[in-house]
Amino acid sequence: MDKIDEMLLEKVSDLHKISLGAFNIRKNGQVLDRKNTKEIEIVPKKNKNGIDIIVQPNVKNKAVHIPVIITVGGLNDLVYNDFYIGENADVVIVAGCGIHNNTDETSTHNGIHSFHLAKNSHVKYIERHVGEGTGKGGKILNPITKIYQKENSSMEIETLQLGGVTSSVRKTFAKLAENANLHIQENILTTENQTATTLFKVNLVGKKSKVEVVSHSVAKDNSYQEFKSNLIGANECFGHVECDGILLNNARIISIPMIDAKDSESSLVHEAAIGKIAGDELIKLMTLGLNQEEAENMIIKGFLMG
Amino acid sequence: MLEIKNLSFDVVDDNNEKDILKDVNLKFEDGKIYVITGPNGSGKSTLVKIIMGIVKASSGKILLNGEDITSKQIYERARLGIGYAFQQPVTFKGLKVKDLLNISSGKNNDFNSLCDYLSMVGLCAKDYINRPLDDKLSGGELKRIELAMVLSRKAKLNIFDEPEAGIDLWSFDNLTNIFKNLKDTTTIIVSHQAKILEIADVVILLKNGRVEKVGKYKELKPLIQTRTCGKLRGVNGQD
Repeated sequence: MDKIDEMLLEKVSDLHKISLGAFNIRKNGQVLDRKNTKEIEIVPKKNKNGIDIIVQPNVKNKAVHIPVIITVGGLNDLVYNDFYIGENADVVIVAGCGIHNNTDETSTHNGIHSFHLAKNSHVKYIERHVGEGTGKGGKILNPITKIYQKENSSMEIETLQLGGVTSSVRKTFAKLAENANLHIQENILTTENQTATTLFKVNLVGKKSKVEVVSHSVAKDNSYQEFKSNLIGANECFGHVECDGILLNNARIISIPMIDAKDSESSLVHEAAIGKIAGDELIKLMTLGLNQEEAENMIIKGFLMG
Repeated sequence: MLEIKNLSFDVVDDNNEKDILKDVNLKFEDGKIYVITGPNGSGKSTLVKIIMGIVKASSGKILLNGEDITSKQIYERARLGIGYAFQQPVTFKGLKVKDLLNISSGKNNDFNSLCDYLSMVGLCAKDYINRPLDDKLSGGELKRIELAMVLSRKAKLNIFDEPEAGIDLWSFDNLTNIFKNLKDTTTIIVSHQAKILEIADVVILLKNGRVEKVGKYKELKPLIQTRTCGKLRGVNGQD
């Protein structure tokens, strides 16, 4: 592992000091390192690229890290990772992909993840995406996340993509059983000519199931972001989508809401607000001594990292 | 010392030019408490916004310790030592109370320092420092944090635009004590509140955008009551 590997790992997964629990590090399409524990087993798939991550029932306060790093150009990586979370388990999963591309050839990572949460389990899933490097080659990330939550399970997702990624298409599908709870926080920054597309489709099948999606987008320069959400209420349930976007320069953000209340007891809400940085926020920070650029950067940092 | 010379501010309303402030001349000496009062629409908030640079004057000059700051931007005035507490505190999406106190004080504070700032306004740091400064906080909480931010700057000249508004569950004595304890600083407060007027070294009464009278509160009290049509809060048994 060289310095670039270590730096990418730190950015996507805090895995610069490997003294943690189970992990699987994938570099340039190959497994770099892997560790199983008694409670969390990582099994390579036999018929395709990827791993099964099996968390035993009742495992509490454990973490599993599965970062992917790409340090070459011209790679098109496709990987299938399936998570099986046992009953009553409570774990943190840190994933994400860092591409450091110094070439003029595009590298792409397509991570297809499925989560199977058994009854009463809880998962906190942190996904970070980083693109960097001096080459003209694209850094493309297209994650697909499929979530199947059984009764009383809960899942929190934090997605962070702070610039550098040329293009990303992020798709998330979820199906929630009775009393299942899903919370998604997505924070995305695009700059230059980057594009980022997000699609959420959540099927609230179970009684008293609940989903909350909060999206914070900052689009600078000529970048483009598109946010599509589709909540389907098929029972007595609650769904809330909040899409806030900050636009700078010539950037564009589109928010396309869809809420489908199939059941008269379903309650679904979509809120969207896109615009420049609020003038009163800038003025307030300037009265505290920040100039306009410093104030803008502080507001964006708080908005994305707060 | 802050000096305001021949300051005017006018706006065009329905094709008619309207004077919001007209030929205002004032001197604010170091170490004194000034309270600007007057009826609604008399130009009080506009005047302090012009001092901070939030609103640009149509004509006139502002001098801070002899330096002409009329064309300086908001942040430049802040760096020269002017603090400003908003009448309506600004909220943010994401920035936390501790972030804003770190910005306002110009340093990364430890818990004890943050506790010092917040306890000045009657808040317990552990309940607030990691909370976003957003509209989930009550109006009174936001107002107190606004005060804490300004106090943490330790500016030489502080402006408070109606600081009493929203301080519902906190005693006025605490609020007035804060102003009285601001040693070696110039304090400019916009207020209708009698208890705040009582602590002023100098009261400035504005009417229709002009300075009508400058003097001690006791001398101006009857005139203030007339001008505010008895709306002066805390007077005649109110509040």
